[in-house]
Amino acid sequence: MSGQLSTEEVAHIARLARLEITEEESATYAGQLSAILEHVDAVRRLDTAGVPPTSHAFELRNVLRADEPRPCLERDEVLAGAPRAEDGRFLVPRILGEEP
Amino acid sequence: MTPAASGALALAAQVRAGERSAASVLEESLAAIRGRDPELHCFNALADAHARERADEVDRLVASGTDPGPLAGVPVALKDNICTRSAPTTCSSRILAGWTPPYDATVVSRLAAAGAVVVGKTNLDEFAMGSSTENSATGPTRNPWDTGRVPGGSSGGSAAAVAAGMVPVALGSDTGGSIRQPAALCGVVGVKPTYGVVSRYGLVAFASSLDQIGPLATTVAEAAAVLEAIAGHDDRDSTSLEQAAPRCSEVLDDGARGLRVGVVADFLADASPDCTGAVRAAADVLAGHGASVEEVALPELLHGLSAYYLIAPAEASSNLARYDGVRYGLRVDAPDVETMNGRTRAAGFGPEVKRRVMLGTYVLSAGYYDAYYAQAQRVRTLVARAFARAYAGVDVLLAPTTPSVAFPLGSKTSDPLEMYLADLFTIPSNLAGHPAMSVPFALGEGGMPVGVQVLAPALGERAMFRAAAVVESGADPRARGPVPARGAR
Amino acid sequence: MSGGARAGEDAAIEGVAGYEVVVGLEVHCELSTATKLFCGCANAFGAPPNTQVCPVCLGLPGSLPVLNRRAVELAMRIGSALHCEIRPSTFHRKNYFYPDMPKDYQISQYDEPVNADGYLELPGGARVGIERAHIEEDTGKTTHVGGGGRIHDADHSLVDYNRAGVPLVEIVSRPDIRGAEQARSYVSELRAVLVATGASDGRMEEGSLRVDANVSVRREGSEGLGTRCEVKNLNSLRSLGRAIDFEAERQVAVLRSGGRVVQETRHWDEDEGRTSSMRSKEEANDYRYFAEPDLVPLVPDEELLERATRAMPVLPAARRVRLSALVGDDTAADQVTTVVDLGLDDLVVAAAALGADASLALRRAANEAAQRPEQARRIDAGVFARLLSLESAGTLSATQSKAVLAEVLESGGDPEEIARRLGFEALPAAELEAVLDEVVASHPAEWERYVGGDDKVAQLLTGLVMRATRGRANGKAVAAALASRRA
Ligand SMILES: [Zn+2]
Repeated sequence: MSGQLSTEEVAHIARLARLEITEEESATYAGQLSAILEHVDAVRRLDTAGVPPTSHAFELRNVLRADEPRPCLERDEVLAGAPRAEDGRFLVPRILGEEP
Repeated sequence: MTPAASGALALAAQVRAGERSAASVLEESLAAIRGRDPELHCFNALADAHARERADEVDRLVASGTDPGPLAGVPVALKDNICTRSAPTTCSSRILAGWTPPYDATVVSRLAAAGAVVVGKTNLDEFAMGSSTENSATGPTRNPWDTGRVPGGSSGGSAAAVAAGMVPVALGSDTGGSIRQPAALCGVVGVKPTYGVVSRYGLVAFASSLDQIGPLATTVAEAAAVLEAIAGHDDRDSTSLEQAAPRCSEVLDDGARGLRVGVVADFLADASPDCTGAVRAAADVLAGHGASVEEVALPELLHGLSAYYLIAPAEASSNLARYDGVRYGLRVDAPDVETMNGRTRAAGFGPEVKRRVMLGTYVLSAGYYDAYYAQAQRVRTLVARAFARAYAGVDVLLAPTTPSVAFPLGSKTSDPLEMYLADLFTIPSNLAGHPAMSVPFALGEGGMPVGVQVLAPALGERAMFRAAAVVESGADPRARGPVPARGAR
Repeated sequence: MSGGARAGEDAAIEGVAGYEVVVGLEVHCELSTATKLFCGCANAFGAPPNTQVCPVCLGLPGSLPVLNRRAVELAMRIGSALHCEIRPSTFHRKNYFYPDMPKDYQISQYDEPVNADGYLELPGGARVGIERAHIEEDTGKTTHVGGGGRIHDADHSLVDYNRAGVPLVEIVSRPDIRGAEQARSYVSELRAVLVATGASDGRMEEGSLRVDANVSVRREGSEGLGTRCEVKNLNSLRSLGRAIDFEAERQVAVLRSGGRVVQETRHWDEDEGRTSSMRSKEEANDYRYFAEPDLVPLVPDEELLERATRAMPVLPAARRVRLSALVGDDTAADQVTTVVDLGLDDLVVAAAALGADASLALRRAANEAAQRPEQARRIDAGVFARLLSLESAGTLSATQSKAVLAEVLESGGDPEEIARRLGFEALPAAELEAVLDEVVASHPAEWERYVGGDDKVAQLLTGLVMRATRGRANGKAVAAALASRRA
């Protein structure tokens, strides 16, 4: 892995990220992302044997709330920002993919 | 005199004493915004109608003998990634243009409870991704010290609004330096608290494990007062610490006697002479006040930048998935939902956001996770360990906030990597979850302000503010905002 | 059932000969909490669309999740009931785009689930391994408008997020299940456990319980696993069984024709009685899991574990063991299963403790009481015990006893009184002898054969006595009287 991204890889990433990009953009991003990856490549070469990863700044545990209801939003507020709504629901165009 | 010039604490004292009305303070602030914002573009939106109601309410409380709180009548600007019912929250992105949240962030409720008046929402790099406030769908903010230069970012609108005297204090968010770097470039104080000290509920997420809200102000004392108002446990944020708000105002006059200060030697080599000189001079000020000062070697911190540019985009790629055109914000119509998602996101996000979303998607994807993301998280551990080593011997660390003073608009926009380097010295504190703040200290290249950064271990806010107050006392008073209008030079 | 489906099923029975059907099940169970997993919105079925939502479960920018304590307790309760190890766990984000998912990622547990390595014991004693039972959030509900409600033919779709964020536990079995019948048995047993623990209402028809089946086939006697297909859209026990039969048959047919089974997700069509490939145009999923930064790890401390296992009821498997032990050697396993499934085992155990014959109690519970389980669960164990004693003592015949039990179930009351009211006074010994005289006199040939040692004819003679007394005679008493006369 040289950290060099092909335009095909960029197109694949863009599909995963649900970003429609042109071929031209694909080429631009391939160059820019490769440059960034090259820069951060130093990180990959660091010896981190035996070092645990950190995903959270602090080691909090068991942060829980009581199973008690709180008020919901009014439906008008819920749908206020909707690009399209019908019958109290959000309207989307035809779905091609299956739910995983 | 602008509200900022009076200072938030003086204003609050006058309003609480009934010597000035909150309404008049607000009008003064709005007038200052009207006067300079067309040139500087600090604000995305004003909440003036709501602000007037709030100011009147504060005045009614005072009239009825009730104390409206420690920030009574103080006008505050909020970075436009903090959710407010009273004004749209856009993150300076086309994808959220016109969206008004149906709820207030916790910090907004806390400011209201302290008597403060939110005047509007400030410009930022889109979704807080950037270091110059040039990546904004609403156009760049300009530095009030020199309108040909950037204010820094991503909280550039908040920093510039305070520096220009439009508001005495503002809130920003800091993921990799986004409060401290623009504070330094605009000659104001900027604080990133310990991760978990201020609730993130209502802060539009960029990188959830790094984001933290904090104040920008003209003085250390005002920053402390605002931090005390917004900090403290919140049961709506699982990562909120149980601790009460740190009482930093109490320690501002404690001086530096007995304080152990370390200067981060590794950062000095990578900063311009004016920035390095400011750190050394600030160290001398602390030593002069009785602190012990030593240089400490923390080479691991320099790896923070690379780790950050893997971790933050990874989290961002997930946090920004929800902008899909289904529930709120922009939709670009298409015959099927998949195409609609893709076109909406293509049209709604700017180039830097797309770049980071793609980078983050890549480093999390099958086959690359261990090499990039997991490895970056291990480097994050190394950064925290390096800090722990240093804090075994010192109470606070001193470092430059930025590698240089504010740079000209457009000078780094073509090269993302060049821009990323602006956060080299601020990122390690985010990775460790530690508090850090920038204090304006001197004038540097082109007469621009230079900030000095004070870093402390987790929950070390009191030591940090104590040191910052001493540094401030020895600073060049000309380096601090608000600055009078003088345009590009 | 359509003719086509019947033919398919018949074919399946013959069609998998020489092959073993291997099934692993993934069951999604909605937890019976008052509120959702990460917010205070009500967790309730049937509210008008988008009225049980807030910034958190709508995934609005800036909102943050906070974990529901009760959901954690119920999840651990399920783990405990399934003999799992309850472990320290973390939450991850499963990233994929779908309009019913407000954040376009699902908060789930990935490599560190709260429960792992357990088992479920089925009636009959077979154990199915439980790989994991982890916590995750539900999605919203999508309705397809136009095109007959089918997703790809629809004109557009409408999304309701009331269900988004409802707490789920996903229970993943190991591929230990052999065939459709055992799969149904697994799900009904699991359902009983979930209901008994109070973790779920177990309603499949409301979607509280959703099942996906991983089906593969292999040559009988072979050890390795075949390529599996995941079958979705199984909305009832019936469709689960039919779908597994169909899918196994399909895979065997593919193998027999020299083909290879392709690993894929298949959709069960209840009306057509067949599975079909989903043929998704999407690329292979890459969920980009990473630790959820907005939530902190979960550690099963003493308090959580105590609350999770507090007042844990005796579970079906243990109840079956208890009942079998009580009844002894002649236990009919299917009667034990029925009685436990219907929750009548406590009645049997209590009646036996009061002196009733345990075996008779089990039989009456499994056959007669089981016809009216609601009422049976309410009858007093003392009443049931007295009735059974009357039958054992020969005071009531079996027929009479059943009639009295029916009356007790219907309107309650004292068994002796009911027997009297129905005219079931025990037949006096003198009257029985008189009837016997008549029978012997009218059937001399049969009587000769009986005296000659032909015991098969005893049944006929007993029947004749019963008919003559219109069922008032007790079978045992008649047999005894016949035997003493022959001696
Ligand atoms: Zn909710």
